[in-house]
Amino acid sequence: MTAETWAIARFTVLMALTATFLVLPPAIATGWVLARKSFAGKALFETIVSLPLVLPPVASGLVLLWLFGRRGPLGRALDAVGIEVVFTWKAVVIAMMVISFPLVARSVRAGIEQVDQRFEGIAATLGAGWFQILTTITLPLASRGIIAGAILGFSRALGEFGATIMVAGAIPGRTQTLAVGIYTLVETGREELAWGLVAISALLAFGAIYVSNRIAGSRGTP
Amino acid sequence: MIRVLLAFSLAVAQPERIIVSVAATMQAALAEIADQYKAVSGVAIDLNTGGSNTLARQIVEGAPADVFLSADDIQMDAVARANRLVPDTRVTLLTNELAVIVPGDSTKRITSPIDLAGSAVVRLALGEPSSVPAGVYARKWLERLKLWTIVAPKVVPFPTVLSALSAVEAGRVDAGIVYRTDAIARSTVKVAIAIPARANPDLAVVHSAAVVRGAHEAAARAFLAYLQGPQAKAVFARRGFGLP
Repeated sequence: MTAETWAIARFTVLMALTATFLVLPPAIATGWVLARKSFAGKALFETIVSLPLVLPPVASGLVLLWLFGRRGPLGRALDAVGIEVVFTWKAVVIAMMVISFPLVARSVRAGIEQVDQRFEGIAATLGAGWFQILTTITLPLASRGIIAGAILGFSRALGEFGATIMVAGAIPGRTQTLAVGIYTLVETGREELAWGLVAISALLAFGAIYVSNRIAGSRGTP
Repeated sequence: MIRVLLAFSLAVAQPERIIVSVAATMQAALAEIADQYKAVSGVAIDLNTGGSNTLARQIVEGAPADVFLSADDIQMDAVARANRLVPDTRVTLLTNELAVIVPGDSTKRITSPIDLAGSAVVRLALGEPSSVPAGVYARKWLERLKLWTIVAPKVVPFPTVLSALSAVEAGRVDAGIVYRTDAIARSTVKVAIAIPARANPDLAVVHSAAVVRGAHEAAARAFLAYLQGPQAKAVFARRGFGLP
């Protein structure tokens, strides 16, 4: 294990944590809408939300590269105010967010669907508004689903490769994550260093699975 | 006896196919030559394209390939060291030059190598500079100019020279260093700084070729000979490659 290996691991964990943190609010909102609301076009909305789960990540990456490129619709606007996204750490976070979003949103939705709606109804009869019901009844009761979703999203973000290499590249010390690092180290003939990254990835995966199993296992106990 | 008959019947039944692992920069030329060759010889060529470092690693690990066209000698040496080449088939096939390119619509002032160190270039696309030949050549050039340490933090490394070219083409980087032949093949980029071979005698950009050990050595030798013949040379020359 070299200093470079650890730096890549630290960077990846930091990026994945940032992505998970940023993806939670929109994913919770989406999960809640899908669990509790019915509206015209819901099936379409559901499909769009799940799209990055099924689309090859490298395809999502190309869409992001186009969106955030200097000539893309978002990239042009950001460039005008001096914000560079493509080939920077921001692109790493965005790629991770897009890929993990469906997993988190679906897990949150499942969590909310398990919350007994009678509690929400009782709170409403006691005069609570929808936001108060959401924050004091629904989300606390759905916390397992939300935490499981966060862990799932974090784990997926850690391993993100296809979208990341497209939109963030593989710049050593700047945008190189564990997954991308393993690939580029092998490509550049430094396989022995790649094994260090494989070991760290395995360790992180082990930890994430262990924690999420513990959470799932404690379900049903008071 | 049965095996001989079987081999014979297979040879008759199926037209021979060989696999050519070709460095990205020569891919388009090889596709054209492969079509010609199929017409004159009946032998089909399957092209496996990538960075020479990727192709070399594939061949060393035993991937099927009958001819290897490498963008530099370092990767050809790697395959030779693994004893995967047919001895005495290795040739220097082509010569090339590097060029600094910018997006076609770029308005930045990039006219001399020192500009790469200045504020006009925030990001510079290269082949991965420790292994992808175009990047290795570019790094060598910048090191000779004592600019590498300043330019290195701006480098966005790519797995092949063509992916670096695409990044410049799409305006995702301010400039890139590719082969001159890549630059002239695309009208969407322009050459900002030419790096002529005459002015850089110690930066010999050469592409080499060799037959890889395997079941198709005879067919591979024939194709390699064709690559050095007049029809193939005409294609290479038209696409801007130099002939050694």
